[in-house]
Amino acid sequence: MQPIISISALSKTYSSGFAALKHIDLDIRRGEIFALLGPNGAGKTTLISIICGLVNPTAGRVAVDGHDIIRDYRAARAMIGLVPQELTTDAFESVWNTVSFSRGLFGKPPNPAYIEELLKALSLWSKKDVRLVALSGGMKRRVLIAKALSHEPQVLFLDEPTAGVDVELRRDMWQLVRRLRDTGVTVILTTHYIEEAEEMADRVGVISKGELILVEDKETLMRKLGGKQLTLQLAAPLAQIPSALAHYGLVLAKGGTELVYRYEDEGEGEGRETAIADLLRDLGSAGICFADLHTAQRSLEDIFVSLVSAREQAVTEDAR
Amino acid sequence: MNWHAIRAIYLFEMARTRRTLLQSVLAPVISTSLYFVVFGSAIGGYIPEVEGVSYGAFIVPGLIMLNLLTQSVSNATFAIFFPKFSRTIYEVLSAPVSHFEIVASYVGAAATKAIMLSLIILATAALFVPLRIEHPLWMLFFLVLTALTFSLLGFILGIWADNFDKLQLVPLLVITPLTFLGGSFYSIDMLPPAWQTVSLFNPVVYLVSGFRWSFYGSADVAVGVSVGMALLFLAVFVAIVMWMFKTGYRLKP
Repeated sequence: MQPIISISALSKTYSSGFAALKHIDLDIRRGEIFALLGPNGAGKTTLISIICGLVNPTAGRVAVDGHDIIRDYRAARAMIGLVPQELTTDAFESVWNTVSFSRGLFGKPPNPAYIEELLKALSLWSKKDVRLVALSGGMKRRVLIAKALSHEPQVLFLDEPTAGVDVELRRDMWQLVRRLRDTGVTVILTTHYIEEAEEMADRVGVISKGELILVEDKETLMRKLGGKQLTLQLAAPLAQIPSALAHYGLVLAKGGTELVYRYEDEGEGEGRETAIADLLRDLGSAGICFADLHTAQRSLEDIFVSLVSAREQAVTEDAR
Repeated sequence: MNWHAIRAIYLFEMARTRRTLLQSVLAPVISTSLYFVVFGSAIGGYIPEVEGVSYGAFIVPGLIMLNLLTQSVSNATFAIFFPKFSRTIYEVLSAPVSHFEIVASYVGAAATKAIMLSLIILATAALFVPLRIEHPLWMLFFLVLTALTFSLLGFILGIWADNFDKLQLVPLLVITPLTFLGGSFYSIDMLPPAWQTVSLFNPVVYLVSGFRWSFYGSADVAVGVSVGMALLFLAVFVAIVMWMFKTGYRLKP
């Protein structure tokens, strides 16, 4: 199936000389929830802004459902709804008017029944005649979502949707995103909350310093890079790992006072089930005593941090 | 054409006017009345007829032009500057709307407001002085053409301005002086010859002259020249707007 969004060789260098995006290639599949994950300043918003027509690309191409975003911008943009990161609303408009305005702006004839349904779904119906300036931050965020959905888009961009949002709204928003996906809408969200990507996304793209480091199904990503970690607090510091234990791939940490062992909890291969028992027995026979131990599941956060730092290390080494 | 979008932006802008109806109509009406009291009655009494009409009636076209220019520029400047400032402009820029459609709807709304106000001022003037309009269709033509042209200039200034100070800079330092020196309150013939030549470099002279001709049938410069100059300004501003959108100047990084 043709991807709903196809990005090829996309680069953006701002006039200040800052390279915000460096040769991005990415396909977004129809109907998926895609999380673009990265720290602040990684290029997430620039990427979204280019697709939505807010920023001119320096090089490369983007097509939305086969429509080039520059040559065929009308068809491309009509399919897209954008919820920006900042709460930007016209202060003196009413909720109803601003949402109806958005629908018209995107070339759709008025449809009061649809707008009513939308406002009800976002718990905004009771506020429909309230001026935007009188709304709380959370309510404004809902209005921005309503505006983005007012023209029944096929693709919805949520730029940092839950930044500064309370628990209730976050839960509502996640429900809404899932409902949208069920109706065939593709959702692309940017976030630096890993928890959000982990909870919501079908696929995750990790972006750092303008480069797309990795794109993977969330499940695969979690399995591939996730795994578990056993940490042993040693009774006495070790200078180096005895050669008898070399095949476990142990790592010494905290100045030799900790031994770290990474393993897959559902891995395949012979002896997997007994790996920990084997390790502990071998430690005993090597005369290594430990005071305490704990295991932990690696979260997307750990994966992310290790990916980014590995990348940075590689770059620094290249530079040498 | 995305007619729904043009309609949406146009109505949005007109709704903004409705919300501020009182101040946007009352202020110009009061200031125009003051001009009549000061120039028409107090000073005008000492000035003989100009080009065959009483001084009070003579200044009506110039006064309307003064209002038309300042209102067109300020309406359009604010209309585009404010969304840029509050960042709500993202929505218009991300919509399936062409540059022409954006300009047409914002400039159209700004010009509509300026024209409506000019007609109100014309009606106010009729209360003070006897008016005659010899070429009503030409009067409307100049009114619409000037409103569109200077709304376009306002639109350009609104995109150019990146703070509130700049917003006032051009209207105060350029538009107002040019209008006052553009023959709004006098005939160019009243000036010494050297200043008459200087005046010909002032674009507002052509607009006021052509507009006054549509009222009283006499003009400082030939009507054809006035029309030509007005169209030339329009063409220059259209070219600048096209360049701004093409390069994304201060709108799209």
